[in-house]
Amino acid sequence: MAPNEIWLDFEKPIAAVKKQIEDLRALQEAQEVDTSSEIVSLEAKVLKLQEEIYGNLTPWQRIKLARHPNRPYTLDYVEALFHDFIELHGDRRFADDPAMIGGPAFFDNQPVMIIGQQKGRDTKENILRNFGMPQPEGYRKALRLMKIADKFKIPVICFIDTPGAYPGIGAEERGQAEAIAYNLQEMESLEVPTLGIVIGEGGSGGALGIGVCNQIMMLENAYYSVISPEGAAAILWRDAAKAPEAAEALKITAQHLLELGVIDKVIAEPLGGAHQNITDTANHIHEAISQFLQEFGSLSPEDLIRQRYEKFRKMGQFQEN
Amino acid sequence: MSWFKKKEEYTVLRPKQVAKKVEIPEGLWTRCEECQTIIYNKDLETNLNVCSKCGFHFKINPEDRIRYTLDDGSFHPEDQQLRSIDPLKFPNYQKKIDTLHRQNLEKEVLSGVGKINGIPTSIAIMDFRFIGGSMGSLVGEKVTRAIERGIERRIPVIIFSQTGGARMHEGILSLMQMAKTSCAIKELHKQGIPYISVLTDPSTAGVMASYASLGDVVIAEPKAYIGFAGARVIEQTIRQPLPPGFQRSEFLLKHGMLDKVVDRREMKNTLFTLLKLFSGKTCDLGHISAAQTDIMDVNDNICK
Repeated sequence: MAPNEIWLDFEKPIAAVKKQIEDLRALQEAQEVDTSSEIVSLEAKVLKLQEEIYGNLTPWQRIKLARHPNRPYTLDYVEALFHDFIELHGDRRFADDPAMIGGPAFFDNQPVMIIGQQKGRDTKENILRNFGMPQPEGYRKALRLMKIADKFKIPVICFIDTPGAYPGIGAEERGQAEAIAYNLQEMESLEVPTLGIVIGEGGSGGALGIGVCNQIMMLENAYYSVISPEGAAAILWRDAAKAPEAAEALKITAQHLLELGVIDKVIAEPLGGAHQNITDTANHIHEAISQFLQEFGSLSPEDLIRQRYEKFRKMGQFQEN
Repeated sequence: MSWFKKKEEYTVLRPKQVAKKVEIPEGLWTRCEECQTIIYNKDLETNLNVCSKCGFHFKINPEDRIRYTLDDGSFHPEDQQLRSIDPLKFPNYQKKIDTLHRQNLEKEVLSGVGKINGIPTSIAIMDFRFIGGSMGSLVGEKVTRAIERGIERRIPVIIFSQTGGARMHEGILSLMQMAKTSCAIKELHKQGIPYISVLTDPSTAGVMASYASLGDVVIAEPKAYIGFAGARVIEQTIRQPLPPGFQRSEFLLKHGMLDKVVDRREMKNTLFTLLKLFSGKTCDLGHISAAQTDIMDVNDNICK
């Protein structure tokens, strides 16, 4: 078992069998006993367990995968998918927000603008990145970069991964609500193709703040929700421990959102989640981005704006007598 | 006398049951929530539901808002046939909707076209009584249609917000209303149509992070609670008590997030002046030109 391997509670049965396999391997090496037939049967067992467990994930279990400490973050995908990335900083108004990163890079041979929330890998980096919760400056920087993309006619690719926009005194003073609202409004009229990919957590307005795109895609185990399941459970049942029930009720998985017509595509993850094999995950994302650029790259600015307007215009369900 | 006792069709409330409730005549007096003064209801109504002593603004329903804001008899409601449904089969949501519908609160947003001292306006007013004025699909749709109506008819748009934010019960569909309404606002701005956003107590979260923040002019009633995150959430996050007056209208004004704090009794005049200033060149106000509206300033009965 790799030292940095972290097992979630529902993965424990898999971890137990994997441990057995390791022990047998160790035994085989140390005492020259042939345990290979046992190992083969245990490996079959692992496969079966994986299919059983990962094939029947509850929404709450997917959220745990989306928040997995080893889950790839925006910069991991930047490294895997793009080259010549130059990170640009600052909103030119107040500060640079490390919870939101961005800059131009090449995707294959095409220049694109990358924008995304960024979480930290350890405590120190998480404090720097504010756990991926942007301040208003983050949203204003994001918009600044989108306008650069607009000027130079290069597509925008947003990686969405945030528990939400930061709720703090300074954020309120500097207009967190206004910063997000203004992004929603301005993204409508970008004259270049825009793609949003929810790679982990799609936390409410904080996610939507870079999410008004021509297409929205989600990784298989990502979630996208109007409120965190913990928050919903606290309001509904006055008990944050009922988050798993709230996760079910809120319909926040990629599959649910696809059925509701809110997203355009679900991007497959390797068995057990994106962190099990980042290369595989990146390959799937690569394919999705290529397809998007092919489909939207030839549309006129007017068509792009119209498509975006109509896409969001028809969202919502109500009764009209 | 009939042979058989006729079965009563409805439950009859016996006088005894009612008696307890009418010991004190209700609905005559109201205690001010701020200064505790007892106010005679008729006086309160004459004063547009503002405490005459301390200026506290009581919450009012959209129907009152229409009366206080638009010229008498000028309001034509639109989109009244729309109703909320329960798209996610969310726990207890349908029951909640049914109860509120039985109380005739099905509108959620009172929207339509009316006149402010003769200037035609597309107006939308959120109703706090329907699940805290939260924005689900219906609210998003009615607000969007009000904006689109402004664009189509080339008349200014005014939206009064009063809301706790996006409606949890419709999940992601509520979140998407933020995108939908904001996109519509962008189209309106492109067309040069004025949009005035009026924030009333409270205006928070998903609505603040969309159309409510996007007015050409954003004004608020005094001491309205306005913000992105709720005070409790912020306190839990930063583990510190919040400064006094935090997230009130005056706080937002000081931090540059508002254009003006306007007393309800001055609201109609302020809106009128803004519309006069902004709608002359780009709007189609029918037979009324901006210059003519000056006359109505003096006599606002002309266009009733």
